[in-house]
Amino acid sequence: MEPLPIVWFITICVLWTGYLLLEGFDLGVGMRMLFSARTEHDRRVMLNTIGPVWDGNEVWLITAGAATFAAFPGWYAALFSGLYIPLTIALVGLIVRAVGIEYRGKLASAAWRRLWTVLIGVGSLLVAFCVGALLALTSTGLPLDANGDRVGGPFVWLSVPALVGGLAVVGFALAHSATFLALKTEGEVRERSGRFAARWAPLCIVPAVAWAVWVQIEHRAALTSWALVIAAVLAAVVGWISARARREGLAFLGYAGFGVLGVAAVFAAMFPRLLPSTIDPAFDLTIWNTANSPYTLAVMTVITLVALPAILVYQGWSYWIFRQRVTPGMIPSAHVVVPAVLRAR
Amino acid sequence: MDVLDIARWQFGITTVYHFLMVPLTLGLGTAVVIMQTRWVRTRDEKFLRMTKFWGKVYLINFIVGVATGLVQEFQFGMAWSEYSRFVGDVFGAPLALEGLLAFFAESTFLGVWIFGWGRIRRGVHLAALWCAVIGSWASAYFIIVANSWMQHPVGVTLGADGRPVMDDILAVLTNSTALAAFTHTIFGALIVAGMLLIGVSWYHLWRRRHDGIDGVDATGRVLIGAAPSLAGRDRVDHGVWLWSLRFGAVLAMLAFAGTVVTGDAQGKLMYEQQPMKMAAAEAACHTGSSFSVLSLGDPGSSDCRDVVTLIEIPGALGFLGTGEWGADMPGIRDLEHRYVDQYGATIPNDALYGDRAGSTVRYVPVMWVTYWGFRLMIGLGAVVAAGAAVALWLTRRGTVPTSRGIMRLALLGILAPFAGNIAGWIFTELGRQPFVVAPNPDATGADGVFMFTAAAVSPGVTAGELLFSVITLSAVYGVLLLVELSLLVRYVRGGVASAMTELARDESDPPDDTPRPDESRRDDVLAFAY
Repeated sequence: MEPLPIVWFITICVLWTGYLLLEGFDLGVGMRMLFSARTEHDRRVMLNTIGPVWDGNEVWLITAGAATFAAFPGWYAALFSGLYIPLTIALVGLIVRAVGIEYRGKLASAAWRRLWTVLIGVGSLLVAFCVGALLALTSTGLPLDANGDRVGGPFVWLSVPALVGGLAVVGFALAHSATFLALKTEGEVRERSGRFAARWAPLCIVPAVAWAVWVQIEHRAALTSWALVIAAVLAAVVGWISARARREGLAFLGYAGFGVLGVAAVFAAMFPRLLPSTIDPAFDLTIWNTANSPYTLAVMTVITLVALPAILVYQGWSYWIFRQRVTPGMIPSAHVVVPAVLRAR
Repeated sequence: MDVLDIARWQFGITTVYHFLMVPLTLGLGTAVVIMQTRWVRTRDEKFLRMTKFWGKVYLINFIVGVATGLVQEFQFGMAWSEYSRFVGDVFGAPLALEGLLAFFAESTFLGVWIFGWGRIRRGVHLAALWCAVIGSWASAYFIIVANSWMQHPVGVTLGADGRPVMDDILAVLTNSTALAAFTHTIFGALIVAGMLLIGVSWYHLWRRRHDGIDGVDATGRVLIGAAPSLAGRDRVDHGVWLWSLRFGAVLAMLAFAGTVVTGDAQGKLMYEQQPMKMAAAEAACHTGSSFSVLSLGDPGSSDCRDVVTLIEIPGALGFLGTGEWGADMPGIRDLEHRYVDQYGATIPNDALYGDRAGSTVRYVPVMWVTYWGFRLMIGLGAVVAAGAAVALWLTRRGTVPTSRGIMRLALLGILAPFAGNIAGWIFTELGRQPFVVAPNPDATGADGVFMFTAAAVSPGVTAGELLFSVITLSAVYGVLLLVELSLLVRYVRGGVASAMTELARDESDPPDDTPRPDESRRDDVLAFAY
């Protein structure tokens, strides 16, 4: 057994974990702006918790996609072309959400801000749902022919696993962002988020647990893989108990641990499959039949071994700089942009 | 409409649109980091204001570039799955390197820079911007490495299954085509930034004169004034715009010189690597050495019979292509025979090609696009450089003329390098057709590695799906462009005060449902917040 395809399977698992863990709360904050803030001021408190870091978090998604291309092009080609419509929707969500975060505060107009709040919220929801559907389908399979092309038309992806996976990421983002906001803010937002984490977060992660269990059963997973599911649930329980006790740090770690262990459990059950074919197991895409040449994988491994630790260090540093809780008092009043023109003349 | 056609339009629209934002990000980022460095070094207030104002313009544009860049990363797999399978061993690597070595640094450090004003030490804050800007250059480098491999496949051997297998990453990273195209792109981006600096600064200097703030006395000396009633319109403000304008003019001129040198190198490489593209760019139908100054023909034609050359310079084409006056360059007719011999007269009879299997290949790109794209790129570059020189001359005394017409011309000049950049890319991408990975006749390219665009499209994806994405993305992009432009215009008209709340603080506070920040904790108020 060659080691490098396994190394890249793990690397891509790590990249998706990083994405769900970091952008997980960004997406959740986006969605919560729709319903969990009473005033414009609170919405700004929420948005500014992710202000300095959300763009860096999103790079985990780009890199996960590119690493899939660089390591297992057959997987990249089959998955991305097979899920053409959900990915288009995810892209639209990513675009309006990114622009919304940057532009929302640029004009001091209530209508302008309301519009962007909706777009950030709905965009985040669409991204979370479509990314969840993509990950769920790659773990449970698509109708692929021998060439790895999807058969059955553009909507064949609309299925129970896609729905469960979509809800799983949406739900996880909601739970994760509640513990994140409780940890990162003061005042009303902290209060409401803490309450949500204590009451509703366990319900939010039910679809994620269902997905993880489904994948275990579907692929007759090994005991170690089941152990990861159980560990994930235990982490969530720790998170829930801590949230009820308003121990915000531990609550955040508990749900974050649920995310990490849950992704690990899904990938462990899939191994060595990358995208099963629901038509014929002989057409399954695995790390063995889609991997790039040993030379390419070796080059990428060396570069990743240098780059990834550096990324973790400087991204961690950026979180350290902005570790302070965002308080209502920290939000400056809206700035009005007026033309620099002398009206007197 | 055919799946292939829609997929090509989809790629063309999303990529051209993305490339409206990219050069401005690359160029203006460079300008802003130079301004901030000057501020940290000299502590001159003028440079702080320039950093803040141009930094704001930079960010408003940056985000749309980021958002539309995501599409680029995904659409190879979505619409071009056969391409992704074919080139995966070599093409995915630069994309992954772009993420690992460029995007992470660019995004993370830019976040630190945006929110870091007043929170981290001045030197560290400046270093964060340097990291972000260098990250953006690095991302340009890696994506051009990927594109250049499609123009000139190197560092691979042909594998047993007919796919290229990478055997030399350094050859891919130091591809002659990539080095020439990367430097050319960076210089092109600096021209964009230079013209923006000129145009906007011109408007503000003109506005100051128009509003009677600055004047010129009988001896031609500039009298710098101030408008106390207007946020930011003080004496320093004049220095901000004058320095920006003259810096932009010098930048645009130097960068134009850079594009001439690197463009010449690219042209010479293209004669060796993609002779058909270069011949089509010159509408050079017959082998010879004459450079066409003006050729006319039937638009949309790929046929030499439709081209009529009106003016030509004998010998010049040979000089441009090889450095030797009068050297013979291969013409389209000869090349076409050569391509048919080497790569076949028809698309292979393979199920992969669908309806297109067995159809005749047209090796000549759409000539009016290559011919005029090439000339538009060069022409606009030259016009812009001349305009920058004129701007430098007109502002030598320290302000701009009061003419409204010239001011409008300066603003219009902002558009020219955008158009030039786009024209250059359309030329180079359409000129590569009918190949997505171009075969190279010279020895430096890998033997037998090429792919027809017709074979690259996703076999499983339907025309309906592609149409859905073309329509959706085009609509979103169209609206976004209007939003970005209206926001840019607003901030530009506001001048420095639009980017520096501290200049506008004396004005009455705007009505807002925001509770006033707690006075005792005033220091904690974010210098920048969404």
